[in-house]
Amino acid sequence: MIFIHLFITFFKIGLFGFGGGYAMLSMIQGEVVTRHAWITAQEFTDIVAISQMTPGPIGINSATYIGYTATGSVWGSALATFALVLPSFIVMLILFRFFMKYHDNPHVKDTFATLRPAVIGLIASAALILMTAENFGSPSADDSQFLYSILIFAVVFIANFVFKINAILLIVLAGTAGYILY
Amino acid sequence: MILLQLFGTFFRIGLFTIGGGYAMVPIIEEALVDKKGWISRDDFVDTLALSQSASGILAVNISIVTGYRIAALPGAISAALGTVMPSFLIILIIAMFFTRFSENAVVERIFKGIRPAVVALIAAPVFRLGKSAKVNLRNLWIPVVAALLIWLLDFSPIWIVLIAGGGGYLYGLIQRKRGVR
Repeated sequence: MIFIHLFITFFKIGLFGFGGGYAMLSMIQGEVVTRHAWITAQEFTDIVAISQMTPGPIGINSATYIGYTATGSVWGSALATFALVLPSFIVMLILFRFFMKYHDNPHVKDTFATLRPAVIGLIASAALILMTAENFGSPSADDSQFLYSILIFAVVFIANFVFKINAILLIVLAGTAGYILY
Repeated sequence: MILLQLFGTFFRIGLFTIGGGYAMVPIIEEALVDKKGWISRDDFVDTLALSQSASGILAVNISIVTGYRIAALPGAISAALGTVMPSFLIILIIAMFFTRFSENAVVERIFKGIRPAVVALIAAPVFRLGKSAKVNLRNLWIPVVAALLIWLLDFSPIWIVLIAGGGGYLYGLIQRKRGVR
């Protein structure tokens, strides 16, 4: 029974969750903490913290974690994750086939002419939203962390944008720098 | 063979994406456009636009469209599996064994270094993809206004997608009616 509920809940989150991981979080919280009480609010906060520290999309991380905690089994994890991803397959394949069929249509061209620049704005906003005290430290709380963060930001930006240095290598180097500096 | 390559490439991408879907953008761009040459930068921008117009997880949406472009449905499944697998395995291990993972001092130190780097890696494609998205002096206001509305006024990205797409459609309609094109 819980497996059916788990499937329906995460399918719903995948189908109606717009606006990326953090926007999806409030929806996940409403369903799994408030509605079904599969995990406590404290556990939910733990998942968010873990998701910020581990790789992968935050939605997948939550589904995997909650699936396991709610059922105590690996199958719960697999089912919740599958249910979350399934709507993406349906929606994206329909959208993509529609796009391929009609991308020479003048109306579709007009739509994409303004949509493409807006998408660049969306990425810019993601970077701006993440420039917070949680990610950079703040000059009032800890001078050195703030300074180091700005330095890491500048070096990584230039290394990637100007010198085209591999993004994964830069993440590993930044992690190493963090381990040494703090 | 191509399916295995797709799975492997997206597995690597999933493994090193910390900080959500947007952090994946530079890594996917680098792997698929620059290194493998599987899709062009223009196609990549279209994939991004489609992925952001839909619900669901951005990273998964991008992998489904890219996989589908390269090897149809089996490609989409391989790419999505690759994206999901690393976080699935890591979180499963954490859920089973280390519930107090985030309080680990060493982990916290490493992540203090990684977080600003991730933000820089999200900022870089803004400038790199601008050209493929055909941003010029005449439409520069679109990304600027979109970014400011989301950042400062908490606009949901879905509204930006709807308004930007709908606006372009209407603008084209009016231009055609006036006989400009």
